Amino acid sequence: MNPPVIHPPVTRHRGIVRLAHWLNAILLVGMIASGLQIYAAFAHFGPRGAPYPNPLDGKALPEWSRLGGWLAGALNWHFALAWPFVLTGLVYLAFLALSGEWRSLLFRPRDVGPAVQMQLYYLRLRPTHPPQGKHNALQKAAYTAIVLLGVLSVLTGFAIYKPVQFGWLTRLFGGYELARYWHFWAVWIFVGFTLLHVALVFLVDPASLRAMITGRYYGRFPSHD
Amino acid sequence: MTDRAAGLNRRDFVRLGLVAGPASLVAACGWDGGPAIAPRLRAISRLNDWVGEKLLLSPTRLAPEYPVSSRTALSQFPMYSITFNRTRHFPLPPEGWALEVGGLVRAPVRLTRPMLEALPRVTYTVKHHCVEGWTAVGTWTGVPVSAVADMVRPTHEARYLRFDSFDSRYSNGWDLTSAMHPQTILAYGFNDHPLMAEHGAPLRLYSPIKLGYKLTKYLTRMTFTRERPGGYWEDQGYPWFGGI
Repeated sequence: MNPPVIHPPVTRHRGIVRLAHWLNAILLVGMIASGLQIYAAFAHFGPRGAPYPNPLDGKALPEWSRLGGWLAGALNWHFALAWPFVLTGLVYLAFLALSGEWRSLLFRPRDVGPAVQMQLYYLRLRPTHPPQGKHNALQKAAYTAIVLLGVLSVLTGFAIYKPVQFGWLTRLFGGYELARYWHFWAVWIFVGFTLLHVALVFLVDPASLRAMITGRYYGRFPSHD
Repeated sequence: MTDRAAGLNRRDFVRLGLVAGPASLVAACGWDGGPAIAPRLRAISRLNDWVGEKLLLSPTRLAPEYPVSSRTALSQFPMYSITFNRTRHFPLPPEGWALEVGGLVRAPVRLTRPMLEALPRVTYTVKHHCVEGWTAVGTWTGVPVSAVADMVRPTHEARYLRFDSFDSRYSNGWDLTSAMHPQTILAYGFNDHPLMAEHGAPLRLYSPIKLGYKLTKYLTRMTFTRERPGGYWEDQGYPWFGGI
C-alpha cells in the first residue's frame, strides 16, 4: 500500500524548458564574465570629456569574475557564446509561443491585483498565501521582465557590435555610448535577479529546484493554470 | 590533425566544466580557453568575420556625419602607436616618403603627398569607435581608397588589401568591400590641419565603418593580394574583420 499523498506530483517543466534554463544559466555566466573583461579595457561610459554616472568608473571587476584574460580573448568568448545564448533564447520563446505555456508566465494587466496581494503577503500584511496557478503574479512579473531584459541585452549588444550597419538600432537606444551603457546596466539587473531568484527558490519553494532538474514537482503549489 | 592534438585535453575539459559552474568561475580567471578551446573560439571569430562581411556589411550604407561643433577636443582624442609605446617617440617617415601601391594591379604606382592631395578629396566629421569601447569625433580629409584603386586597376584575382606602415611593422588586412566603401580614405588631414605625427602622419587609413585598430597609421604600402593578409593585432587574436 502506498502512503496517502496529499499532492500527487505534477509534471511541471518540459525537457526543452529545463535544458534552456540551465544552458542559459551557463551561457549567461560566460557572457557576463567575458563582458566584464571587455569592460576592463575602458572602464568608463559616455563621450570623452563628458562621462556618464558610473559607480564603477575606472574600476576593473575582480579577476575571478572575468573571462578571457585580455580584451581579444574576452571578445572571442563573448562573440562565440553569443550564438548559443541567442539561439537558446529563441528556442525557449518559440516553445512558449507554440505550446501555450506563455499563459502561465506572461504578466498581464489582470495580474496587477494579485501581484499586490502577493507583495502584501511577503510583507506580512496579509496572513495567507494568495491562491495561484503554476506561478504567482509576482513570479510572472519577474519572469516576464527577465525575458525582456534578455531581449534588451541582445539588442543593445547588436547596437554596439555594428553601430553603423545596425545604425537604426543604435539610434533607438540613444546612440552608441548610451547603448553600451544600457548593455552594462543589464548585467547588474541580471545579477540582482539571479540572487533573488535563487534565494526565493530556497526560502519559499525548494521543490521547484527539483522540478527544474527532473521536471517533476512535489511542492506546495501543484496547480496548473 | 589527430584527435589527440586537436581534441580537448583532460585539463581543458575540466576547466570547461568549471566555467559551467557559476561558483567555480574563480578557477577560470584570465582563461582564454587554453590550447584546445582558444583555436575554436578563433574559428568562431572567423565565422563572425564572414557574417560581418558577407551578410551585414552594406557597400553603400554611410556612417553618420556629425557637425564640426561636436568634435572631441584634441587633448581628449587618444593617440597611440606601437613605436611610441616602446620608445615614447612617434615614428618619423623615411627620407623621400611615398606610398607604394602594388600587388595584383595592372599599373603599380608611387604616390607622393602632393600627388595624393591632387586626387579626389573627401572630408567628413565622423565617430571613431575603438575596440576598447571608447569613441571620439573628428574631421578627416583624404583620398578615397577606391579612387586610388581606379588608378592602379586591380586584377580579377585581387580579393584583399594589405596595408603596411613604418610603425614597427604594424599592418592590417582588409576585405575589398570595406576598402572600396566611399568613406574609406587615405587621410592626410585631421581637424582642418595636416595630419600630425601623433595620428599617423604623413598618411593613414581612415574609415568610420571599421574599428580603430583596422585603421593603419604611418602608411608605407598598399598591396592588393589574393591571400587574406594578417595584421598586428589580428594575429594576436583580435577579430580580423573589425567592421562595425
